Parts: sequence; structure tokens; C-alpha cells
Amino acid sequence: MTEFALEEMILNMGPHHPSTHGVLRFIVRTDGEMMLRATPDVGFLHRGIEKIAELMPYESFMPYTDRIDYLSSLNCNLGYALTVERLAGIEAPEKAEYLRVIGAELTRIGSHLIAVGALLLDLGAVTPFVHALRERETYNSLMEMLCGARLTHHYVRIGGVAFDAPDGFIEKALSFVNHLEYEFLDEFNKLISFNSILIKRLANVGIITPEKALEFTLVGPNLRGSGIKFDLRKDEPYSIYDRFDFEIPSGSGKFGVQGDAYDRYWVRIEEIKQSCRIVRQAINQMPEHGEIKTKISKPFKIPAGEIYVRTECPRGELGFYLISAGGKTPYRLKIRTGSFSAMTIIEELSEGVMVADLVAIIGSLDVVAPEIDR
Amino acid sequence: MYSLADIIYRRMTETFGASDFLEPLFTIVSYLLPCIAILGIVSLISGALTLLERKISADIQNRIGPNRVGPFGIFQFIVDGVKLLLKEDIIPDAADKKLFRLAPYIVFSSTVLAVIVIPFGGPFIVADLNIGLLFIVVVSSLVVVGFMMSGWASNNKWALLGGIRSAAQIISYEIPVALSLLTVALITGTFSMQEIVKQQGLYPWQWFILHNPFTFIAFFIYFVSSLAEINRLPFDFPEAESELVSGYNTEYSGMRFGFFFVAEFANIFVSAALAAAVFLGGGNIGIDPYNSPLGYKLLMALVFFAKALSLCLVTIWVRWTLPRLRIDHMMSLCWKYFIPISVFCLVLTAAWLVAFKGNSVFWRIAG
Repeated sequence: MTEFALEEMILNMGPHHPSTHGVLRFIVRTDGEMMLRATPDVGFLHRGIEKIAELMPYESFMPYTDRIDYLSSLNCNLGYALTVERLAGIEAPEKAEYLRVIGAELTRIGSHLIAVGALLLDLGAVTPFVHALRERETYNSLMEMLCGARLTHHYVRIGGVAFDAPDGFIEKALSFVNHLEYEFLDEFNKLISFNSILIKRLANVGIITPEKALEFTLVGPNLRGSGIKFDLRKDEPYSIYDRFDFEIPSGSGKFGVQGDAYDRYWVRIEEIKQSCRIVRQAINQMPEHGEIKTKISKPFKIPAGEIYVRTECPRGELGFYLISAGGKTPYRLKIRTGSFSAMTIIEELSEGVMVADLVAIIGSLDVVAPEIDR
Repeated sequence: MYSLADIIYRRMTETFGASDFLEPLFTIVSYLLPCIAILGIVSLISGALTLLERKISADIQNRIGPNRVGPFGIFQFIVDGVKLLLKEDIIPDAADKKLFRLAPYIVFSSTVLAVIVIPFGGPFIVADLNIGLLFIVVVSSLVVVGFMMSGWASNNKWALLGGIRSAAQIISYEIPVALSLLTVALITGTFSMQEIVKQQGLYPWQWFILHNPFTFIAFFIYFVSSLAEINRLPFDFPEAESELVSGYNTEYSGMRFGFFFVAEFANIFVSAALAAAVFLGGGNIGIDPYNSPLGYKLLMALVFFAKALSLCLVTIWVRWTLPRLRIDHMMSLCWKYFIPISVFCLVLTAAWLVAFKGNSVFWRIAG
């Protein structure tokens, strides 16, 4: 007689799976519907961006920063430009700073829309996802007006921005943020955010206590979802963020425990509102005329030295650690991204939850695959 | 009891004369003709429902939906069917090939079997069995055998999980469905579908949904549970796309997948039609369904289809509005809420029948 033991099943979730947002792989040990542990397997999208940076002039690396995180390419541009500018001692003109902030906040809105929409799609709600994408479409065409590209913007340059805002852009951007803040978000919340099924799916799932969030070096909305009000735009202002009045939303256990998946979802919804406020203020304050780019020396060289600059990306802290040996190319460039630290906590959170919860946890942490691997 | 088969049999004996030699032939033909008609109708309805679903979802989501094939894209489902027929039929090497081939047919045929006792209004029913209601309940749960079979035979872990989920789900929700249907059977005292329809009337206060407060509750329990039984959102666990890739039909392609697909949409219609017939008066317009002019008979069928299709619309609408529940929530919804409430409805309906001598809330109006 063979003895029947309860066997664990090892499931290979991904790299091609509908809910792993890009090429991600989890090795999932399950006992029926219950999950024992999900081990992430990263590296499928490694493109060697950091090595590429060592091989090319500082200006030429800018398009590669678009590809670090394709959902927030402008924020990545901005982070890299600020790093190089600070080490080289260049200042961007005032108008360029305003254009950068407008672009960066619009990109944050676009990124959060897709993060929230994709989470809902993973939970089986297709319609809210499409509604979010409809708004993102406006953002895409706005960016197309501004810089000609819809996804990988490549708008920020070292010492400024590439183009001035075209005619009609300001009005369109203003009506977009007004529509978003006063109409769309209310409708969206009525449609899905307060839906009791959604609350049941997200509240009390994937709880990250503030201590644990710090332990795993979570950043951005994931950290704020655990109730820690830390936002680089406020706590360590870069560019001209100190001129704007906005709040930092943080998780308070709206429907469950502080730091659950619903808190992270709700922080993103609230951040869309705050970004709308920043865009509106920036548009009002922006000087009408002015330089948009400081001239940089050709060939562009940076004196030897090193610097670490961090900026607030939609997925949290994006840090560039740049070492220059004085030549035309960096000696070394290290990129620190938010999704990577979010990825490390999934293994911890996945113990003893259901398969359906894993999907909600991945979605609520807003992991973007190319940002993990670079 | 009359049914289409009986009517055809009678017509044939009248035309050709009764004889012992021809009688088996008459019997076979009289059952075969309606069955062929049912197959056609089921395929047509499920095709139309796929189109309807795509159009409605497009409307809800600010899209246009299919509009290329024919006016407003109404031939889209035919083209889809042709596409499925022409697709390569892949059977995985490691699959249990016999079971893999068999599974779609079991799912499809158990769905079609349920249709034969659906009263399409007037005399249009294939076989008016005296156990009609029970027959539907029994036959529609046969689907789970096919789902389990496909999940097991695919030799794919996602498919296996989907199959197990569907077994757990369909077997659980079978109970509230059956109990809420029994609530009506208590009132009618029969399981015959034609008889159940006949005891209702044209006006809403003659329908069993408004017979007493408990049938009203039972209707909603039936409707929500039937969503679970036919694997529709918010209960589409067996094929939860973002969790289980595609569930039990992950490994299926071509026409085998097509059979699952047709069965899924036919199931939507069957459960909506059952609700329409049992709770919403079916095709009853207050006229004798058998001895009336053809125009009235067609009108009854029209009334029935209007009711059934509007319930289908609700099903589709729900799917494109709600997110999915989690499987443990779904199970607790069934065992902790639906089953106790439906038992409660059954018992209290019995009490109502005793207390009010079988009359409905509106018995003065309803006569």
C-alpha cells in the first residue's frame, strides 16, 4: 500500500501570467487554495542599463532613463538630470523647472491611474480599468503635445527641458486636472472604491506595519500606505517643490488595519488629487516667457566627484548614485528603484494567504517589472 | 400534458394513419425534430448573447464594440464561430487524451439537456416532464463532471485548480438554487414546467415572485446563486483570468474551447429562462396555450423571450460592474447566508400556504 501524504503543489506563476504586470515570475508553494510561500524570481528584464551608462556621454544616456520605468519616464528623466546638474553645478532656468514639475506631476497622475486600474483589473473589475485608461489617454495626448512622445517622453534635458509648452497645452492641462479632481475621481470612487466587494478583497489583506515597512525599506506610496508620512517632495524638496502647497496622504486603516492593501490603493487615489493641485499651482505661477535650457559646455564634462540624488517617483524613491572620474562618461552609475524593495516584501507577505490575495498584494504594491531589473 | 413532441406525433398519426409498423418511426421523428430545433436555438441564442455581451460591455466601457461584420456587427458571432472551427486543435502531449476530448461534450450536452424542459411560451416545450424542475436541477449540475474532467485531463496545475474550484462552487450553490426553486414547487404542487407557468398570469401580481414575501427573497437568492452556478462574475472562480490564467479551459483551443464557450452562454440563458418561467410568469398571457390561434402562441413565446433576455442583460451588466469575490468569501456567502435563508424561505412559505389557504398577497386582485 502506498501511503497518501498531503502534498504541496509547486506552481510556476509567470513569467507569462495575466496578473504579473510584465515579465515577472513567482515560484508559488500552495496547499490547495492556500499559499505557503511565493518566491519572486527577478532578472527577466535585465538590460544592463547601469553598464550602458558607463559607455556613453551624459546627455546620450537620457533616453535610457525613460526605460527604467516606462510608466513614469519623465520622473526618471528628471531624477537623472538633477543628479548630473548637481554634480556639474548647473542650474536650470526657472521656466524649465516649472515645465519639469508640470510634466512630472502629470506623469505621476498617469502612472497612478494605471496602477490603480491594473490592481482593479487583477481583482476582476474590467470596467474601472478601462475608465482609468480613458483618462490616461488624455494624459498621453497632453504629453504628445508637449514632447511628441506618448510613453517614453525623453523631455527633460541636462540644464532644462527640450521644448517650450506649445499653444493650448496650458489650457488643456488645466482642464484635464480640473476634470480629474472634481469629476472623474468622484465618479470613480462611486463606481468602485467604495464597492463592498472591493473593500472585502483589499481591506486586511497584505498588512505591512510601519516597522515592517521601514525594515524592508519600502518607499513612496507603499511606505505612506503604512502610515509613515515621508515624501521627498516635502521632506527633502528638490527642483521647485518647496513653492507648492500640497498634502501627503497616508494610510490610516480606512476600512481595515493600517497598512493593508486598501490603504495603499487609497493613498494612490489621494495622490492623484494632490498632483492635480500641484499642476494647477505650477501653471498659475509659471512665468510666461523665459529661457528653457541652460547652455552646457560641449563636449560636456563633469569634474571628478560623486553624488547621490533621490527624487520622488510614482513608485517611490528613485536614487541615482553617480561617480564621475572627470571624463565625458560616468565612472559608475547606480540606480535605486522603488519596485525592487516592494518586490522583496512579497515573499514575507505571501505566507498563509490565498492565491487570489497574492494577486491583490502584487497589484497593491504596484510592482513594475522593468524597474526591478533595470 | 402536451409538448412539441406530442403535438408532432399526433399530427403525424393524423396525416399518415396509425399503424404498429410506423409507430416507432413516428416516436423517433417526433422527438428528433424538436431536439434539432433546440440545438439550433441554443447555438443561436448563445451566439447572440456573446454579441450582446460585447456590445453592452463596450457601451459600459466607452468603446464601440464589434461593428465590422454586417450592420452593427451582428454577424460577428458567426465569424467567431468559423474562426474557432478553423483553429488548430491542440491536445497537450501529457494530457489524458480520452478525457480531454470527452470533457467539452459533457459540458455542452448537459447544458442542452436542460433546455428540453424549458417552456418557451405557449406550446413550445420539447418535453413537459412531470419532474421538469428537478430535471433541470439535476442535469445542470452534471456540468461539474465536465469541468472536473477537463481540469484533470489537461495535466495543467492552473486547469486543475480551476476544475476543483468549479466543483466546490457548483456543488455548494446547487443547494440554494434547488431550495429556492422548491419554494415555488410548494405553491404549485407540481414539478411540471408548463403547469408552473400555467398557474401564474399576465400581470406581475399573479407571478410567483410576488406571491408572498418569501418567494420574493427566494427569487433573489436564486438569481445570485445561479450567477455562481454558471461561473459568472462576481463568482467566476473556475476561470478567474487574473488568478488562474484561464482556469479549466487553459489548454483548450479551437472548437473544443468553442464548446465550453457556447455552453457558458447557453447556461446564462438557461438560468435566466428558468427564473423567467418559475418566478416571472414565463410566457403566460392569461390565454390557454394550446387552443389558441398561432399569433397568440407566438406572442407568448415573445413575452417569454423578453423576460428571459432582460434577465440575461442583468447578468451581463453585473459582470461588467463588479470585481470578483474571494473564494472563501463566496463559500461563506453560500453556506452561512444563502442556504439558511433559503431554508427559512421554504419553511415560511409552507407556513404561509397553511395560514392563508394557498392565496397570494394579492389574492383579491389576482382573483
